[in-house]
Amino acid sequence: MRIGRENSHNEGERAFKGLIMLFSLIVLVIGGLVVYELVSASDLSFKKFGFGFLLGTQWDPVQEVFGALPFIWGTFYTSTLALLLALPVSLGIAIFLTELAPGWLRQPIGFVIELLAAIPSLVYGIWGLFVLAPIFQTYVEPFLGRFSFLPFFTGYPLGLGILTASVIVAGMIVPTISAISREVMYTVPDSQREGGLALGMTRWEVVSKVVVPYSRSGILGAVILGYGRALGETMAVTMVIGNTPKISLSLFEPGYTISSALANEFAEAVSKMHVSALVELGLILFFISIIINTFAKLLLWRMNRGMKVSGV
Amino acid sequence: MNGGMRYTRRKITGHLMFALSLFAALCTVLVLFWILGYVFIKGASGLNLDFFTKLPTPVGVPGGGMANAIVGSIEVVGMAALMAVPIGVATAIYLSEYGRGQLANVVRFTADVLSGVPAIVAGIVAYALVVSSMGRFSAFSGSVALALLMLPIIIRSAEEIFLTVPNTLREASLALGVPKWRTIMKIVIATAGGGLMTGIMLAIARVGGEAAPLLFTAFSNSFWNIRPDQPIATLPVQLFNYAISPYEDWHRKAWAAALVLIFMVLVLNVWAKWYALRNSPKG
Repeated sequence: MRIGRENSHNEGERAFKGLIMLFSLIVLVIGGLVVYELVSASDLSFKKFGFGFLLGTQWDPVQEVFGALPFIWGTFYTSTLALLLALPVSLGIAIFLTELAPGWLRQPIGFVIELLAAIPSLVYGIWGLFVLAPIFQTYVEPFLGRFSFLPFFTGYPLGLGILTASVIVAGMIVPTISAISREVMYTVPDSQREGGLALGMTRWEVVSKVVVPYSRSGILGAVILGYGRALGETMAVTMVIGNTPKISLSLFEPGYTISSALANEFAEAVSKMHVSALVELGLILFFISIIINTFAKLLLWRMNRGMKVSGV
Repeated sequence: MNGGMRYTRRKITGHLMFALSLFAALCTVLVLFWILGYVFIKGASGLNLDFFTKLPTPVGVPGGGMANAIVGSIEVVGMAALMAVPIGVATAIYLSEYGRGQLANVVRFTADVLSGVPAIVAGIVAYALVVSSMGRFSAFSGSVALALLMLPIIIRSAEEIFLTVPNTLREASLALGVPKWRTIMKIVIATAGGGLMTGIMLAIARVGGEAAPLLFTAFSNSFWNIRPDQPIATLPVQLFNYAISPYEDWHRKAWAAALVLIFMVLVLNVWAKWYALRNSPKG
């Protein structure tokens, strides 16, 4: 009797574990499928253009000549600019929340910043298109145009272009970077701060010479993760970047990113070669994102030695 | 004397830097209220009963709404959740309760890689997988794309929640002779229930506002459709198409759609927070 029951327990256990394992294996299959589908669907384009695809500057669906360079340029240019804009603001927020804000203020402001991260990309996009772009066109870009001896501020202020896209993307990655930096800076032991104070440092010196250096690999992880988000950002960028495949240093010029090219052209692509070239663009974006994300997570993981930082 | 001067300068630098960080935090909060306030004012003027009950009208014909897109969004996100939640929760159980050794590491790594897939790339995968083999855009392919985005979010949040369940509870159950799988079902999942729901709701909020993966999978549709094998309208895609159109009336409806999306995200987030606070496991 008892032996029989134990057997049925074992069977239940085995069945349950088997089922759980099966579902976990599905995740592996999905991971494999993602890579396989991207590679096989871009095969046609890869066979025709080879690695020249990466350096080609022409994108002509009618002639079926495809080169990815303007899109790669636009993606990295806007994301890098966005990162430069977002970094000081994010660090400021993290420092404010961990070192300066009174206890009762930390929770609400932290929640507001989480909300900022939860707002859909489209909402940033429509706001950027109808509110920010006109402001940039009439005020910000004409002002910056006075510095037209720099190659960044040449051209006609259009409102829709690299600059507006970068500012919008910066706004979208500030919550990511500041939330993770805040978590990382919370983990700095108070004894470190007290040590600094005991040596006669001012409170700011404790931040800049103790807290930030102590958490630098975590902050770097947060920054790289934010960069990864910026690279893949689609809808908001598509709505404000102007969508013109062009390589230019000027921030006023319209540009194009990989993701916005996909958003605009994929549904309308008719020829097999066009679809294949677009999928290859997606494959490039996929590889860049995976490499950057993995690198960021390694940094954060090393920082925490396995401790979880939420929001990563 | 000199030392005192230098100390004063150091203090002033400190105050200045702290003032700048306060300014950064303040600006961010203000920008949030600016965006929310603007969407609220613009959106509220375009929002009426028709928005929720009528089909879109052709250009130039006044009135109409986005009823089909709202229903479409619910359908596409719902199907995505039906696919992603069971796989995600089961994988999280494997990782937290059984996960030791090489296989667990590979699964965890794969989930991490999937979480780095940009939304638009998930759309391409669903396109290659479903749309090109079916030969047309479909609601189902949109769900596949969204499920791909939801899966890693659910795996991670569920695993984190399962790990917060105190080991003493598992041990107590096992010591009473309850087999491991019943312990997981009755103790671990039950204790983690609140957090699990929170994670699922946040995942739904995340993908519910996505348009990128739906543009060339679910596509869009000006008419009623609930069949999974046909193109379907969704709120985010409709918002995008209306916002980039040249028509004033469509812009108004795009703002209204933005307000509905923000409202959905806020409600799900606040609800999730509240649910988590109320049901947090207390050892």
